[in-house]
Amino acid sequence: MQIHISANDGIPIYLQIVNQIKYLVASGRLAAGEELPPMRVLAERLLINPNTVARAYRELEMAGIVEKRRTAGTYVSAQQSPLAHSERVKILSERLDALLAEARQMDVSFEDVVKLAQQRYAALQHDSQ
Amino acid sequence: MVEAYPSPAPPIVDIRRVTRQFGTKTALDDLSLAVPRGGVFGLIGGNGAGKTTLIKHILGMFKPQTGSVAVFGLDPVENPVGTLGRIGYLSEERDLPNWMRVGELMRYTQAFYPNWDEKYAQELRLAFDLDPKARIKNLSRGQRARAGLLVALAHRPELLVLDEPSSGLDPVVRRDILGAIIRTIAEEGRTVLFSSHLLDEVERVADRVAIIHQGRIMLTASMDEIRDSHHRVTLRFNQALDRAPALVGALSYEGKGTEWTYICSGESNQLRRAAEALGATVVGETSLTLDEIFVSRILS
Repeated sequence: MQIHISANDGIPIYLQIVNQIKYLVASGRLAAGEELPPMRVLAERLLINPNTVARAYRELEMAGIVEKRRTAGTYVSAQQSPLAHSERVKILSERLDALLAEARQMDVSFEDVVKLAQQRYAALQHDSQ
Repeated sequence: MVEAYPSPAPPIVDIRRVTRQFGTKTALDDLSLAVPRGGVFGLIGGNGAGKTTLIKHILGMFKPQTGSVAVFGLDPVENPVGTLGRIGYLSEERDLPNWMRVGELMRYTQAFYPNWDEKYAQELRLAFDLDPKARIKNLSRGQRARAGLLVALAHRPELLVLDEPSSGLDPVVRRDILGAIIRTIAEEGRTVLFSSHLLDEVERVADRVAIIHQGRIMLTASMDEIRDSHHRVTLRFNQALDRAPALVGALSYEGKGTEWTYICSGESNQLRRAAEALGATVVGETSLTLDEIFVSRILS
Protein backbone atom coordinates (compact mmCIF):
# COMPACT_ATOMS: atom_id res chain seq x y z
CA MET A 1 0.00 0.00 0.00
CA GLN A 2 1.71 3.14 -1.22
CA ILE A 3 0.84 6.27 0.74
CA HIS A 4 2.65 9.55 0.51
CA ILE A 5 2.37 12.20 3.20
CA SER A 6 3.15 15.81 2.52
CA ALA A 7 3.35 17.85 5.70
CA ASN A 8 3.28 21.23 4.05
CA ASP A 9 0.26 21.45 1.80
CA GLY A 10 -2.25 22.38 4.50
CA ILE A 11 -4.29 19.18 4.22
CA PRO A 12 -4.48 17.42 7.60
CA ILE A 13 -2.39 14.25 7.57
CA TYR A 14 -5.28 11.98 8.60
CA LEU A 15 -7.26 13.30 5.64
CA GLN A 16 -4.38 12.64 3.26
CA ILE A 17 -4.43 9.00 4.40
CA VAL A 18 -8.24 8.79 4.11
CA ASN A 19 -8.21 10.23 0.59
CA GLN A 20 -5.38 8.06 -0.62
CA ILE A 21 -6.88 4.84 0.75
CA LYS A 22 -10.24 5.77 -0.78
CA TYR A 23 -8.47 6.30 -4.05
CA LEU A 24 -6.61 2.98 -3.81
CA VAL A 25 -9.90 1.20 -3.09
CA ALA A 26 -11.85 3.02 -5.79
CA SER A 27 -9.16 2.33 -8.37
CA GLY A 28 -9.06 -1.35 -7.40
CA ARG A 29 -5.46 -1.28 -6.18
CA LEU A 30 -6.72 -2.28 -2.75
CA ALA A 31 -9.09 -5.20 -3.22
CA ALA A 32 -12.05 -6.16 -1.04
CA GLY A 33 -10.92 -8.34 1.85
CA GLU A 34 -7.34 -7.06 1.73
CA GLU A 35 -5.83 -6.20 5.10
CA LEU A 36 -4.55 -2.71 5.81
CA PRO A 37 -1.21 -2.47 7.64
CA PRO A 38 -1.54 -2.39 11.44
CA MET A 39 -1.73 1.19 12.73
CA ARG A 40 1.63 1.05 14.49
CA VAL A 41 3.34 -0.29 11.40
CA LEU A 42 1.88 2.37 9.16
CA ALA A 43 2.70 5.09 11.71
CA GLU A 44 6.33 4.00 11.85
CA ARG A 45 6.56 3.72 8.09
CA LEU A 46 5.07 7.16 7.43
CA LEU A 47 6.74 8.67 10.52
CA ILE A 48 3.51 10.07 11.87
CA ASN A 49 1.69 9.86 15.19
CA PRO A 50 -0.16 6.51 15.64
CA ASN A 51 -3.24 8.45 16.78
CA THR A 52 -3.36 10.09 13.35
CA VAL A 53 -3.48 6.69 11.67
CA ALA A 54 -6.16 5.60 14.15
CA ARG A 55 -8.24 8.63 13.23
CA ALA A 56 -7.89 7.92 9.50
CA TYR A 57 -8.91 4.28 9.96
CA ARG A 58 -11.87 5.38 12.08
CA GLU A 59 -13.07 7.74 9.35
CA LEU A 60 -12.68 5.03 6.72
CA GLU A 61 -14.62 2.62 8.90
CA MET A 62 -17.46 5.12 9.32
CA ALA A 63 -17.54 5.64 5.57
CA GLY A 64 -17.86 1.88 5.10
CA ILE A 65 -14.63 1.61 3.14
CA VAL A 66 -12.93 -0.65 5.67
CA GLU A 67 -14.06 -2.82 8.55
CA LYS A 68 -12.51 -4.03 11.77
CA ARG A 69 -12.57 -7.75 12.31
CA ARG A 70 -12.89 -9.48 15.61
CA THR A 71 -9.44 -11.01 15.26
CA ALA A 72 -8.05 -7.44 15.23
CA GLY A 73 -6.90 -5.92 12.00
CA THR A 74 -8.56 -3.66 9.49
CA TYR A 75 -9.75 -4.95 6.14
CA VAL A 76 -11.15 -3.42 2.98
CA SER A 77 -14.91 -3.98 3.12
CA ALA A 78 -16.21 -6.84 1.00
CA GLN A 79 -19.53 -5.12 0.49
CA GLN A 80 -19.02 -2.00 -1.55
CA SER A 81 -20.98 0.67 0.21
CA PRO A 82 -23.25 3.06 -1.74
CA LEU A 83 -20.57 5.68 -1.14
CA ALA A 84 -18.13 3.90 -3.39
CA HIS A 85 -19.84 4.97 -6.60
CA SER A 86 -20.10 8.62 -5.64
CA GLU A 87 -16.52 8.41 -4.40
CA ARG A 88 -15.39 7.14 -7.79
CA VAL A 89 -17.28 9.94 -9.51
CA LYS A 90 -15.73 12.46 -7.15
CA ILE A 91 -12.20 11.26 -7.79
CA LEU A 92 -12.73 11.28 -11.55
CA SER A 93 -14.35 14.72 -11.42
CA GLU A 94 -11.32 16.18 -9.69
CA ARG A 95 -9.00 14.71 -12.29
CA LEU A 96 -11.24 15.90 -15.13
CA ASP A 97 -11.32 19.40 -13.68
CA ALA A 98 -7.52 19.48 -13.68
CA LEU A 99 -7.42 18.15 -17.23
CA LEU A 100 -9.95 20.69 -18.50
CA ALA A 101 -8.12 23.55 -16.83
CA GLU A 102 -4.88 22.40 -18.42
CA ALA A 103 -6.55 22.10 -21.84
CA ARG A 104 -7.85 25.63 -21.54
CA GLN A 105 -4.41 26.94 -20.66
CA MET A 106 -2.98 25.19 -23.70
CA ASP A 107 -5.75 26.62 -25.83
CA VAL A 108 -7.20 23.21 -26.71
CA SER A 109 -10.97 23.30 -27.20
CA PHE A 110 -13.37 21.12 -25.24
CA GLU A 111 -14.43 19.35 -28.43
CA ASP A 112 -10.82 18.45 -29.15
CA VAL A 113 -10.41 17.11 -25.61
CA VAL A 114 -13.45 14.87 -26.10
CA LYS A 115 -12.11 13.73 -29.47
CA LEU A 116 -8.75 13.00 -27.88
CA ALA A 117 -10.42 11.03 -25.10
CA GLN A 118 -12.20 8.89 -27.70
CA GLN A 119 -8.95 8.29 -29.56
CA ARG A 120 -7.13 7.31 -26.38
CA TYR A 121 -9.97 5.00 -25.39
CA ALA A 122 -9.81 3.28 -28.78
CA ALA A 123 -6.03 2.96 -28.50
CA LEU A 124 -6.29 1.43 -25.01
CA GLN A 125 -8.96 -1.02 -26.22
CA HIS A 126 -6.65 -2.00 -29.03
CA ASP A 127 -3.68 -2.46 -26.70
CA SER A 128 -5.55 -4.67 -24.29
CA GLN A 129 -6.71 -7.07 -27.00
CA MET B 1 -1.08 0.96 21.71
CA VAL B 2 -3.12 3.92 20.67
CA GLU B 3 -5.02 5.34 23.58
CA ALA B 4 -7.41 8.11 24.47
CA TYR B 5 -5.78 11.50 24.47
CA PRO B 6 -5.40 13.61 26.46
CA SER B 7 -5.32 11.10 29.26
CA PRO B 8 -7.37 11.86 32.37
CA ALA B 9 -4.34 11.18 34.59
CA PRO B 10 -2.56 14.10 36.27
CA PRO B 11 0.00 15.83 34.03
CA ILE B 12 3.44 14.25 33.82
CA VAL B 13 5.01 17.73 33.80
CA ASP B 14 3.32 20.52 35.72
CA ILE B 15 4.93 23.95 35.55
CA ARG B 16 3.27 26.74 37.46
CA ARG B 17 4.07 30.41 37.18
CA VAL B 18 7.79 30.03 36.68
CA THR B 19 9.86 33.15 36.05
CA ARG B 20 13.55 32.99 35.27
CA GLN B 21 15.87 35.93 34.82
CA PHE B 22 19.39 35.84 33.47
CA GLY B 23 20.75 39.22 34.58
CA THR B 24 18.29 41.71 33.14
CA LYS B 25 16.99 39.32 30.52
CA THR B 26 13.75 37.51 31.29
CA ALA B 27 13.99 34.01 29.83
CA LEU B 28 10.74 32.68 31.30
CA ASP B 29 7.99 35.11 32.16
CA ASP B 30 5.39 33.78 34.63
CA LEU B 31 5.08 30.66 32.51
CA SER B 32 2.66 27.81 33.24
CA LEU B 33 2.44 24.60 31.25
CA ALA B 34 0.95 21.16 31.81
CA VAL B 35 2.11 18.21 29.71
CA PRO B 36 -0.40 15.34 29.87
CA ARG B 37 0.76 11.75 30.26
CA GLY B 38 0.92 9.77 27.03
CA GLY B 39 1.41 11.05 23.50
CA VAL B 40 3.78 13.51 21.91
CA PHE B 41 3.97 17.10 23.08
CA GLY B 42 5.66 19.55 20.72
CA LEU B 43 7.20 22.74 22.09
CA ILE B 44 7.72 25.27 19.34
CA GLY B 45 9.26 28.69 19.37
CA GLY B 46 11.94 30.76 17.70
CA ASN B 47 15.56 31.09 18.79
CA GLY B 48 15.78 32.54 22.28
CA ALA B 49 12.06 32.01 22.97
CA GLY B 50 12.85 30.07 26.15
CA LYS B 51 12.50 26.44 25.02
CA THR B 52 15.83 25.21 26.35
CA THR B 53 15.51 27.15 29.62
CA LEU B 54 12.10 25.56 30.12
CA ILE B 55 13.45 22.08 29.43
CA LYS B 56 16.35 22.61 31.84
CA HIS B 57 13.81 23.38 34.57
CA ILE B 58 12.06 20.08 33.82
CA LEU B 59 15.36 18.23 34.15
CA GLY B 60 16.19 19.95 37.45
CA MET B 61 19.22 21.69 35.96
CA PHE B 62 17.69 25.03 36.93
CA LYS B 63 15.83 25.79 40.12
CA PRO B 64 12.80 28.02 39.52
CA GLN B 65 13.34 31.54 40.87
CA THR B 66 9.59 31.83 41.39
CA GLY B 67 6.80 29.30 40.90
CA SER B 68 7.06 25.53 40.90
CA VAL B 69 8.01 22.63 38.67
CA ALA B 70 6.73 19.09 39.21
CA VAL B 71 7.69 16.07 37.12
CA PHE B 72 5.89 12.80 37.96
CA GLY B 73 4.52 14.88 40.86
CA LEU B 74 8.05 15.40 42.23
CA ASP B 75 10.36 18.39 42.42
CA PRO B 76 13.23 17.54 40.02
CA VAL B 77 15.74 19.70 41.94
CA GLU B 78 15.05 18.08 45.31
CA ASN B 79 14.46 14.60 43.96
CA PRO B 80 16.80 14.06 41.01
CA VAL B 81 16.96 10.30 41.52
CA GLY B 82 13.17 9.93 41.43
CA THR B 83 12.83 12.05 38.32
CA LEU B 84 15.97 11.85 36.16
CA GLY B 85 16.04 8.05 36.39
CA ARG B 86 12.70 7.98 34.59
CA ILE B 87 13.58 10.57 31.92
CA GLY B 88 15.51 10.02 28.70
CA TYR B 89 17.12 13.22 27.48
CA LEU B 90 18.78 14.28 24.25
CA SER B 91 19.96 17.85 23.83
CA GLU B 92 20.83 19.80 20.74
CA GLU B 93 24.48 19.90 21.83
CA ARG B 94 24.35 16.14 22.45
CA ASP B 95 26.83 16.68 25.25
CA LEU B 96 28.48 13.29 25.52
CA PRO B 97 31.84 12.47 27.12
CA ASN B 98 34.18 12.88 24.16
CA TRP B 99 36.97 10.73 25.54
CA MET B 100 34.78 7.63 25.84
CA ARG B 101 34.21 4.91 23.28
CA VAL B 102 30.63 4.03 22.29
CA GLY B 103 30.76 0.75 24.26
CA GLU B 104 32.06 2.58 27.33
CA LEU B 105 29.34 5.20 27.05
CA MET B 106 26.74 2.43 27.05
CA ARG B 107 28.20 0.70 30.13
CA TYR B 108 28.67 4.02 31.90
CA THR B 109 25.08 5.13 31.26
CA GLN B 110 23.70 1.72 32.16
CA ALA B 111 25.07 2.13 35.69
CA PHE B 112 22.72 5.08 36.30
CA TYR B 113 19.53 3.36 35.21
CA PRO B 114 18.13 0.27 36.95
CA ASN B 115 15.72 -0.20 34.03
CA TRP B 116 18.44 -0.29 31.38
CA ASP B 117 17.45 -2.84 28.74
CA GLU B 118 20.72 -4.24 27.37
CA LYS B 119 19.01 -6.26 24.64
CA TYR B 120 17.21 -3.15 23.38
CA ALA B 121 20.45 -1.15 23.66
CA GLN B 122 22.27 -3.64 21.43
CA GLU B 123 19.37 -3.64 18.94
CA LEU B 124 19.60 0.14 18.72
CA ARG B 125 23.37 0.02 18.39
CA LEU B 126 23.08 -2.33 15.42
CA ALA B 127 20.20 -0.39 13.86
CA PHE B 128 22.18 2.85 14.18
CA ASP B 129 25.36 1.17 12.90
CA LEU B 130 27.45 2.35 15.85
CA ASP B 131 30.86 0.75 16.37
CA PRO B 132 31.37 0.05 20.11
CA LYS B 133 35.09 0.73 19.73
CA ALA B 134 34.68 4.14 18.07
CA ARG B 135 35.60 7.18 20.17
CA ILE B 136 32.76 9.64 20.70
CA LYS B 137 34.99 12.54 19.65
CA ASN B 138 35.56 10.89 16.25
CA LEU B 139 31.89 10.32 15.46
CA SER B 140 30.16 12.28 12.71
CA ARG B 141 27.38 14.66 13.70
CA GLY B 142 24.74 12.12 12.75
CA GLN B 143 26.42 9.21 14.56
CA ARG B 144 26.88 11.39 17.62
CA ALA B 145 23.14 12.15 17.61
CA ARG B 146 22.39 8.45 17.25
CA ALA B 147 24.68 7.61 20.19
CA GLY B 148 22.88 10.25 22.27
CA LEU B 149 19.53 8.85 21.19
CA LEU B 150 20.61 5.31 22.11
CA VAL B 151 21.51 6.21 25.70
CA ALA B 152 18.32 8.30 26.00
CA LEU B 153 16.11 5.39 24.88
CA ALA B 154 17.75 2.22 26.21
CA HIS B 155 16.38 2.52 29.74
CA ARG B 156 12.87 2.78 28.29
CA PRO B 157 12.08 6.08 30.02
CA GLU B 158 8.53 7.07 30.96
CA LEU B 159 9.30 10.54 29.65
CA LEU B 160 11.54 11.20 26.66
CA VAL B 161 12.73 14.81 26.42
CA LEU B 162 14.32 15.95 23.18
CA ASP B 163 15.62 19.48 22.83
CA GLU B 164 15.92 20.39 19.13
CA PRO B 165 16.89 16.80 18.35
CA SER B 166 16.93 17.23 14.55
CA SER B 167 18.83 20.46 14.44
CA GLY B 168 21.64 20.35 11.88
CA LEU B 169 21.12 16.70 10.99
CA ASP B 170 20.65 15.04 7.64
CA PRO B 171 17.25 13.53 6.68
CA VAL B 172 18.35 9.94 7.38
CA VAL B 173 19.24 10.68 11.01
CA ARG B 174 16.09 12.78 11.38
CA ARG B 175 14.07 9.74 10.30
CA ASP B 176 15.74 7.69 13.06
CA ILE B 177 14.78 10.32 15.61
CA LEU B 178 11.16 10.56 14.44
CA GLY B 179 10.96 6.77 14.36
CA ALA B 180 12.22 6.64 17.95
CA ILE B 181 9.56 9.15 19.02
CA ILE B 182 6.82 7.08 17.41
CA ARG B 183 8.03 3.78 18.86
CA THR B 184 8.29 5.39 22.30
CA ILE B 185 4.68 6.53 22.45
CA ALA B 186 3.39 3.39 20.76
CA GLU B 187 4.48 1.66 23.96
CA GLU B 188 1.74 2.19 26.46
CA GLY B 189 1.72 5.27 28.65
CA ARG B 190 4.98 6.77 27.48
CA THR B 191 5.31 10.46 26.85
CA VAL B 192 7.56 12.44 24.54
CA LEU B 193 8.25 16.14 24.99
CA PHE B 194 10.24 17.64 22.17
CA SER B 195 11.16 21.11 21.10
CA SER B 196 11.77 21.93 17.49
CA HIS B 197 11.73 24.68 14.97
CA LEU B 198 11.17 22.16 12.17
CA LEU B 199 7.43 22.55 12.19
CA ASP B 200 6.65 19.96 9.53
CA GLU B 201 8.17 17.38 11.88
CA VAL B 202 6.09 18.65 14.77
CA GLU B 203 3.00 18.52 12.59
CA ARG B 204 3.72 14.89 11.73
CA VAL B 205 4.22 13.51 15.20
CA ALA B 206 2.74 15.83 17.85
CA ASP B 207 -0.63 15.24 19.51
CA ARG B 208 -0.39 18.50 21.33
CA VAL B 209 1.56 21.68 20.78
CA ALA B 210 2.58 24.70 22.83
CA ILE B 211 3.89 27.87 21.18
CA ILE B 212 6.42 29.67 23.34
CA HIS B 213 7.36 33.25 22.58
CA GLN B 214 9.40 35.68 24.66
CA GLY B 215 9.28 33.36 27.66
CA ARG B 216 5.50 32.94 27.62
CA ILE B 217 3.14 30.29 26.33
CA MET B 218 1.11 31.95 23.56
CA LEU B 219 -1.05 28.98 22.72
CA THR B 220 -1.39 25.40 23.85
CA ALA B 221 -3.86 23.02 22.24
CA SER B 222 -4.15 19.72 20.45
CA MET B 223 -2.85 19.61 16.89
CA ASP B 224 -6.44 19.05 15.70
CA GLU B 225 -7.77 22.04 17.65
CA ILE B 226 -5.04 24.27 16.29
CA ARG B 227 -5.71 23.18 12.73
CA ASP B 228 -9.48 23.44 13.05
CA SER B 229 -9.31 26.93 14.54
CA HIS B 230 -7.05 28.57 11.95
CA HIS B 231 -8.04 29.35 8.38
CA ARG B 232 -6.94 31.32 5.39
CA VAL B 233 -10.00 33.12 4.05
CA THR B 234 -10.07 35.13 0.85
CA LEU B 235 -12.74 37.81 0.66
CA ARG B 236 -14.00 39.86 -2.25
CA PHE B 237 -15.38 43.31 -1.47
CA ASN B 238 -17.85 45.31 -3.56
CA GLN B 239 -15.36 48.08 -4.10
CA ALA B 240 -11.60 48.47 -4.13
CA LEU B 241 -10.11 49.22 -0.71
CA ASP B 242 -6.81 50.84 0.23
CA ARG B 243 -6.46 48.72 3.31
CA ALA B 244 -8.25 45.66 4.62
CA PRO B 245 -11.01 46.26 7.19
CA ALA B 246 -10.52 44.79 10.65
CA LEU B 247 -12.10 41.38 11.05
CA VAL B 248 -12.81 39.48 14.24
CA GLY B 249 -10.05 36.96 14.90
CA ALA B 250 -7.82 38.13 12.04
CA LEU B 251 -4.13 37.56 12.75
CA SER B 252 -2.79 38.97 9.50
CA TYR B 253 -3.93 39.91 6.04
CA GLU B 254 -2.59 40.68 2.61
CA GLY B 255 -4.03 41.67 -0.74
CA LYS B 256 -5.13 44.71 -2.68
CA GLY B 257 -8.14 46.24 -4.40
CA THR B 258 -11.25 44.17 -3.96
CA GLU B 259 -9.58 40.92 -2.92
CA TRP B 260 -8.00 40.42 0.51
CA THR B 261 -6.73 37.27 2.16
CA TYR B 262 -6.87 36.94 5.93
CA ILE B 263 -5.29 34.47 8.28
CA CYS B 264 -7.78 34.05 11.09
CA SER B 265 -8.24 32.15 14.30
CA GLY B 266 -11.67 31.14 15.49
CA GLU B 267 -14.72 29.32 14.22
CA SER B 268 -15.04 29.34 10.47
CA ASN B 269 -18.76 30.20 10.59
CA GLN B 270 -18.13 33.16 12.83
CA LEU B 271 -15.64 34.50 10.31
CA ARG B 272 -18.05 34.09 7.43
CA ARG B 273 -20.73 36.01 9.29
CA ALA B 274 -18.30 38.80 10.15
CA ALA B 275 -17.22 39.01 6.52
CA GLU B 276 -20.80 39.09 5.25
CA ALA B 277 -21.65 41.84 7.71
CA LEU B 278 -18.94 43.91 5.99
CA GLY B 279 -20.53 43.25 2.60
CA ALA B 280 -17.82 40.85 1.48
CA THR B 281 -18.20 37.44 -0.09
CA VAL B 282 -15.95 34.54 0.82
CA VAL B 283 -14.30 33.37 -2.38
CA GLY B 284 -11.87 30.89 -0.88
CA GLU B 285 -11.06 29.14 2.35
CA THR B 286 -8.13 26.81 2.98
CA SER B 287 -6.52 25.28 6.01
CA LEU B 288 -3.04 26.24 7.11
CA THR B 289 0.14 24.39 7.89
CA LEU B 290 1.52 24.60 11.42
CA ASP B 291 4.33 26.68 9.98
CA GLU B 292 1.93 29.32 8.65
CA ILE B 293 -0.05 29.33 11.89
CA PHE B 294 3.12 29.76 13.92
CA VAL B 295 4.39 32.65 11.83
CA SER B 296 1.07 34.52 11.87
CA ARG B 297 0.79 34.02 15.64
CA ILE B 298 4.28 35.29 16.34
CA LEU B 299 3.98 38.29 14.04
CA SER B 300 0.50 39.38 15.08
